[in-house]
Amino acid sequence: MTLTRDFFKIGPARLFVHFVVLVIVIVWLIPTLGIFISALRDKDQLVVSGWWTAFAGSSRTVAVRLGQPDQQKQEGAVYVISGNVLEGQQGRSIRAFGTRVQQPSAYKAGETADLGDGVSLTISDDGNYRYMKNAAFGPDDGGRRVYVSVATPPEFTLQNYKTVLTGEGIGQSFINSLTVTIPATIIPILIAAFAAYALSWMEFPGRALLIALVVGLIVVPLQMSLIPLLRLYNGIGSLLDAPSKTYPGIWFAHTAFGMPLAIYLLRAYIAGLPKEIIESARVDGASDFEIFTRIVLPLSFPALASFAIFQFLWVWNDLLVAMVFLGTDRDHLVLTGALNALLGSRGGNWEILTASAFVTIVVPLLVFFGLQRYLVRGLLAGSVKGG
Amino acid sequence: MLSQIVSALGVVVVAVFACSGYFYFSNKILDWSLPVKDGDIHSAARNLNRRAMIRPWLFIGPALFLLVVYLVYPVVATLILSFYDRSGEKFVGFANYQWALTDREFRQSIFNNILWLAVVPAACTFFGLVIAVMTDRIWWGNIAKSIVFMPMAISFVGASVIWKFIYEYRGGNDVQIGLLNSIVQLFGGTPQVWISVPFWNNFFLMIILIWIQTGFAMVILSAALRGIPEETIEAAVIDGANGWQIFWRIMVPQVWGTIAVVWTTITILVLKVFDIVLTITNGQWNTMVLANLMFNWLFRGGGDSGRSAVIALIIMLAVTPIMVWNVRRANRELGGH
Repeated sequence: MTLTRDFFKIGPARLFVHFVVLVIVIVWLIPTLGIFISALRDKDQLVVSGWWTAFAGSSRTVAVRLGQPDQQKQEGAVYVISGNVLEGQQGRSIRAFGTRVQQPSAYKAGETADLGDGVSLTISDDGNYRYMKNAAFGPDDGGRRVYVSVATPPEFTLQNYKTVLTGEGIGQSFINSLTVTIPATIIPILIAAFAAYALSWMEFPGRALLIALVVGLIVVPLQMSLIPLLRLYNGIGSLLDAPSKTYPGIWFAHTAFGMPLAIYLLRAYIAGLPKEIIESARVDGASDFEIFTRIVLPLSFPALASFAIFQFLWVWNDLLVAMVFLGTDRDHLVLTGALNALLGSRGGNWEILTASAFVTIVVPLLVFFGLQRYLVRGLLAGSVKGG
Repeated sequence: MLSQIVSALGVVVVAVFACSGYFYFSNKILDWSLPVKDGDIHSAARNLNRRAMIRPWLFIGPALFLLVVYLVYPVVATLILSFYDRSGEKFVGFANYQWALTDREFRQSIFNNILWLAVVPAACTFFGLVIAVMTDRIWWGNIAKSIVFMPMAISFVGASVIWKFIYEYRGGNDVQIGLLNSIVQLFGGTPQVWISVPFWNNFFLMIILIWIQTGFAMVILSAALRGIPEETIEAAVIDGANGWQIFWRIMVPQVWGTIAVVWTTITILVLKVFDIVLTITNGQWNTMVLANLMFNWLFRGGGDSGRSAVIALIIMLAVTPIMVWNVRRANRELGGH
């Protein structure tokens, strides 16, 4: 190993590798970072500045009204209405102001704007303004509208999460996703493990054919199953006079769709267990049921864990099966379905979308980072073996 | 809400007990109904044989039932339904297939699917291989791998939201809050509604899948690269091969089998791509793909199971060569067992 290591360690080539990998990592991370930061931003700031400026603060233009003529004071030859456009909003400052909507930043803060007819206006950066006229302000001069560009410090808030969890139904969908995922992850394991054991260690006619069938079924597209199963579910539903879109219905669907890969992965592992252990147990008079539950099942834990993670990620992230077998009404919507619905109804409200997206992906991400080892092992067993 | 979770957990407990109960009691009943302890030696031997014949089917039974009902039967049923009308009641011969050949949307979907097939598996495998080779050479390679691998855990819908935010376009004089348009503006370009640019919008959708799947290719190929005997590479180094030559002449040929596995796995995934197109364009602006067209016909105007079935069959047809290859590979493995 040392020779090749050294070969790649030579000077600029190694630096180049470091640099390229760094660029790749940044490119891969930025999209997720974008929604993570955006979900925490104040929703008014989010629409006026890119998320990458979140830590630099932002400025936005707001319309304010100046004071009424009855507040005017005479200072020598001029009459002045004064006050503060920020009105106690702390930590903000004025960058610029203007009197016309087309040019809201015509004057810098602190400048004196000559508005004609002997009228002038100054707004300083702390928000204090002086509105001056060389004659008394008449009743028509009251409450003049001006535009100010307000610099806002970065604001981070959990409000968006509060909104989506309670107001947008994401909280309910989270529960629905858990309701779908937990049984649909655990039920297939046991069924597949028994089948995998039989296909590895029991002799019976048609075994090779069944293994070939399982391997073939791994790649059968889900689309092939949708139409007949939808008809079957509707048929059973009307026969029993019950709704056809139910949680048990989707549990069975996910269990069945995960079954070929489950049997394949578990069989590869269980068939690889040492022959001596199983045969000596047989000689001692243990039945197949005992061998399976006492010896094979405990030994297969890593493979079971690998498959469980796969199935969990697949079920949690699934949209198609949920839409077809559980439906899209609000009470049954899973997280992916809810997010899809929000994309339609809240297309431009990125504070809602980003926060919802984060709620959707946070559980799989935790599972991923916590159990990455098992996931990698499962992937390798699934595709490299014999490849 | 809490009661829903409790009932879900309750279901798990019930299901586990029901499964264990089925396996336990079916085995017990088998042993009880075919006794081997008492009676004469001949019937005991016969019963023992019968037990050995029946027991595997008890073990496989539930799995086989699910496979047949949810996968085998539907394949046959879809094939039959493709010859029937929209409600699946009247036989129409090849009418649905004829419709498909002349339908503009169907042709568009076929074209787009071919485009996806040409780009995504190749891009994922290439990036995966390059990243695997590079991360294996640096001390923080595992962290880099984790980050590239991470999108695998994100749902297609979640990834679509993430990328839609990057492609976001704001009209008028509004500040561009989408990263892509902001970068375009920085270099003096004009912001665009990227997802509606004809033809090229397909590529903006593909990028999402490439972002998700490159990690998968990387993990598998990285393991295969580690399996290359060190002597081979050392010999090449001694002979004066440079990094480029080692990559193309030594590493790539050695992991050729794995590249094929990765390529086919991603190919199957691409043929089934649905969520990304649904959430970002829903097939508008000429981005329709087969899986989405099939889904649309399943429900469009009350649903047309015949046309939907034809589209599903086309996807199945495209997967079949890979299926045959996989089965043959598995059989070879078993033969050498």
